[in-house]
Amino acid sequence: MKRYLHRSSLVSLTAAFAVSAAILVVSPLTRAARADQPAVSEVKIDNFSFSTPSLTVKAGTEVTWVNRDDIPHTVASDDGVFRSKALDTDDKYSFKFEKPGTYRYFCSIHPKMTGEVVVK
Amino acid sequence: MKKDEILFDHNHDGVDRRGFLRCMAWAGTGALCVMRGGVLSSYALGEAKGKKVDADFSFVQISDSHMGFNKPANPDVTATLKVALDRIEALPAKPEFLLHTGDITHLARPEQFDTVSQMLGGKDVFYVPGEHDMVDDNGKGYLDRFGKNAQGAGWYSFDKHGVHFIGLVNVVDLKAGGLGTLGPEQLEWMEKDVKHLSHSTPIVVFAHIPLWTVYEQWGWGTQDSAQALAYLKKFGSVTVLNGHIHQTMQKVEGNVTFHTACSTAFPQPQPGAAQGPGPMKVPPEQLRSVLGITDVNYVRHKHALAVIDSSLA
Repeated sequence: MKRYLHRSSLVSLTAAFAVSAAILVVSPLTRAARADQPAVSEVKIDNFSFSTPSLTVKAGTEVTWVNRDDIPHTVASDDGVFRSKALDTDDKYSFKFEKPGTYRYFCSIHPKMTGEVVVK
Repeated sequence: MKKDEILFDHNHDGVDRRGFLRCMAWAGTGALCVMRGGVLSSYALGEAKGKKVDADFSFVQISDSHMGFNKPANPDVTATLKVALDRIEALPAKPEFLLHTGDITHLARPEQFDTVSQMLGGKDVFYVPGEHDMVDDNGKGYLDRFGKNAQGAGWYSFDKHGVHFIGLVNVVDLKAGGLGTLGPEQLEWMEKDVKHLSHSTPIVVFAHIPLWTVYEQWGWGTQDSAQALAYLKKFGSVTVLNGHIHQTMQKVEGNVTFHTACSTAFPQPQPGAAQGPGPMKVPPEQLRSVLGITDVNYVRHKHALAVIDSSLA
């Protein structure tokens, strides 16, 4: 029994090592792929929530919110940097983030709906 | 008969959980609530049939007509509002006026306001706005039409047969992550508004978002409502009528009875019963059973307001 447990923890350790190695290998590739993509990003609004509550983008990225809900919503930054009109179903709103920082926003009609865009 | 009667236990927090759940189970099917001396008794609507409602006057609350909504949960909100108005016409005791507790329109567009105004034409209607009525233009469209005798974002009060009615606005200037808000200016006005009333004056408060926290995660509450309710502590009978959550719910706390009305447009899920509070699609033949109107009867000297919800089925 003891031997079995010991062996099993050895296996977990090996697995953990394999996973971290994989992350090390994959992560530079991911960065390279991102650099090739156009600087746009989309956040869907559905059933009273933002699909990506925390979105990280590079400076200069245009973020577009699309309302897929049956209910109108808005996208309003907490400190007034940007504010959409009421978006009916399938309406869109875009804002280009030029400066790095964390931009918190909410739906001014349903304030429990919150999100943030982190600009690097 | 006795099995469906609910007496709320005031020794705890004013809510008998079993009774509360039973009321929830009736959502859309109708319930009769009679308040006497701060004790609320509820009966299933079927039981109430045939009982004569002895009232000095009555009024009807309608809510959340969402004119302009046309999604699968109800492709024809004009038709269901018409059914609601037909039901009101058919009530045995003609209501003296209507209260509309907001979300009159879906997007505050002029033609949406116009449609509702035309449909309710000829009736005496007291409105308060929902958040949908105040989008985009800081409520200008709403206030131009319905806010002539109101203050601030649209709050006001009036008296009928010795009952003091207070229409509050808790849908403007909302803060990120928060609930409905009354704001200091409105609270100050309200304090002055009720200051000189005698303790025996029955009070009816109506506002769009519930003035008690029904479900915080979905924003179904008003963050500074405790202050408003503190001004009403001295009164023997306070009835709070709200909309917003598109289903009937009730609760008693001391001498305050809270009640939410059904929508005339589409139902929303019970708190926490879905991922979010979005419109609930039910089979078309069931839609009218989850929409409704609320009839309120006032009996002078009996210290009682009888609140009756009726579905449109």
